[in-house]
Amino acid sequence: MQLTDSDKTLSADVAERIRLSATSDRPYKYLLRSAAFFFGGVVLLFVWSVLHDAWPALHTFTYHLVTGKTWSPGTGPYGALPMITATLATTLIALVIAVPVGLCSALALLFVIPDRFRAIAASLIELLAAVPSVVYGLWGLFVVAPWFSHTVQPFLAGITGGRWPFNGPQVGFGLLLAGVVLAIMIMPTIVAVSRDVISVVPRELIEGGLSLGATRSQVFTRIVLPTAKTGILGAIALGAGRALGETIAVAMVIGNNPQIPHSLFSSGATLASTIATQFGDATGTTGSALAALALMLMVITAGVNALARILTNRARKLAT
Amino acid sequence: MNNQLLQLPPDPLLERRRIVQQKAADSLGRRVFISRLFITLLGLAFVAVLVPLGSVLITLIHRGISSINWAFLSSLPTQPSLVAQNAIGGIGNAIEGTLVIDGLAALVAIPIALLLGLYLSESYSRPANFIRAITEIMTGLPSILLGVFAYIYIVVPSKSYSGLAGIVALGILMVPVIAKASELAFRGVPSTLREAGLALGARSSKVTRGIILPVALPGVITGVLLALARAMGETAPLLLVIGASSQWTWNPEHAMSALPLLTYLYSGSQYPSQQAAAWGVALTLVFMVMVLAVGSRVISARMRRERR
Repeated sequence: MQLTDSDKTLSADVAERIRLSATSDRPYKYLLRSAAFFFGGVVLLFVWSVLHDAWPALHTFTYHLVTGKTWSPGTGPYGALPMITATLATTLIALVIAVPVGLCSALALLFVIPDRFRAIAASLIELLAAVPSVVYGLWGLFVVAPWFSHTVQPFLAGITGGRWPFNGPQVGFGLLLAGVVLAIMIMPTIVAVSRDVISVVPRELIEGGLSLGATRSQVFTRIVLPTAKTGILGAIALGAGRALGETIAVAMVIGNNPQIPHSLFSSGATLASTIATQFGDATGTTGSALAALALMLMVITAGVNALARILTNRARKLAT
Repeated sequence: MNNQLLQLPPDPLLERRRIVQQKAADSLGRRVFISRLFITLLGLAFVAVLVPLGSVLITLIHRGISSINWAFLSSLPTQPSLVAQNAIGGIGNAIEGTLVIDGLAALVAIPIALLLGLYLSESYSRPANFIRAITEIMTGLPSILLGVFAYIYIVVPSKSYSGLAGIVALGILMVPVIAKASELAFRGVPSTLREAGLALGARSSKVTRGIILPVALPGVITGVLLALARAMGETAPLLLVIGASSQWTWNPEHAMSALPLLTYLYSGSQYPSQQAAAWGVALTLVFMVMVLAVGSRVISARMRRERR
């Protein structure tokens, strides 16, 4: 069959359009790429500016910034050990409370709560995440702190007879209160992420266990949790990342006293809360030392978040 | 016959099965009891999570509702004094500041975040994976660090606190959240639709505009509203950079005020009247955040239903 002239122009037309679309789509590709690199550039600028501001302090005090036990803004010395200890301690308290309760709630959401109420229950957890942190701080300061000082702290001190870790003044605010408030704030993260990773545990495994005569609790503890282990660790790391960096709620309930905490009742100051309360009116060396605190916080939380990303990605890959 | 069978040596497999069954049967009561206990524990844990939520919301409404009236919502704050402790004024400029700062931050963040989300959803190259990792890590970084950045980069050079610095900090905070949500939404568009568009000869920019964006819109809107709700409640970056003005300011180059910041400042006030008002400010803030959070659900649910 011979191609007519009109066929030829048509195919030439199509060829032209294909060529055009290949070239004229380049602006689109460049647009996307430039947006991505713009964001990457902003992040780079962000890291660099904090590093730049922290440099004088890093240069002058070197490792004493991390190991020094005293922090006196304005005059020095600048040692962040009290803040690092308090940051780790409050995060640990928060995890000790939030991980078991959060895991149990995730299991309850998936397997115990009847279908009708499941959507409502899940949105209640989301509601918990939507409350701004300053509101948790307000609640911790005016509602929980008084209750702690006249009920919880005397009770805990009674258990150990006023010895460590429940010694010291029973004033309400302090490490323990900060840890409890943080536990509530990271709960939605832990519940939501561990629910996601538990929900991809293959049904055959669960049904296999039940058909062999295992009870539901045996299936949960010996099949579901071990299978979802990696993802649950990722959920815990995500929660830890949030707890390490939470600022305002902690600043409101921890007492902002940069000393090495000696009990769960003592006041303290975390890295984030110190930056929040002191950065505004700091100049010169103090400003630089605070930027160094910001740098430490950045390194710690970026590390924990990267770990969480690796763990949750691996869990997702195992599931498929 | 029967006797002869019984005298045969026992089959080890059968014997083993018999022992296992016996053990399972013997322990059944105990195991069921433990299981019931465990299930109850799971339910109790869930209730324990809801107790603080209930307590927060009830106290918030109980203590906050009395401060709320039209004058409180619309007038400027005044500084109480020892003789007039109840002269705390209102929070009008803080509401205005919150809306201006978050609105402008969203305007800046949305285009960048959508393009970033598109880039991440289409590309698996090495640089794309690197940017994806950065985006995810940025979502988890403490917001106070962005306050530090905005302070160093905007407040120090311009020598004044400004709403602009708050806009930059919250904008950077919102970009990775929106980008992540829209990446997932774009990925969720069936590849058959995309390929049909390409097969008809449309360019990929046309496919994005005509097919991918409209189909992914509910997910994108949900992501934007959730990011906005999260940014609205952020206090830490604003504390460092916006300066807590007590005037009406529409120009973001000057110091502004915001609801979460005012809640924080009032909670640490020496005047009981301001401490009480902190609950009113917080209630207003939570109301605004909830409108966004609920709104995002309603919009995305409605759009999904219409599509069916």
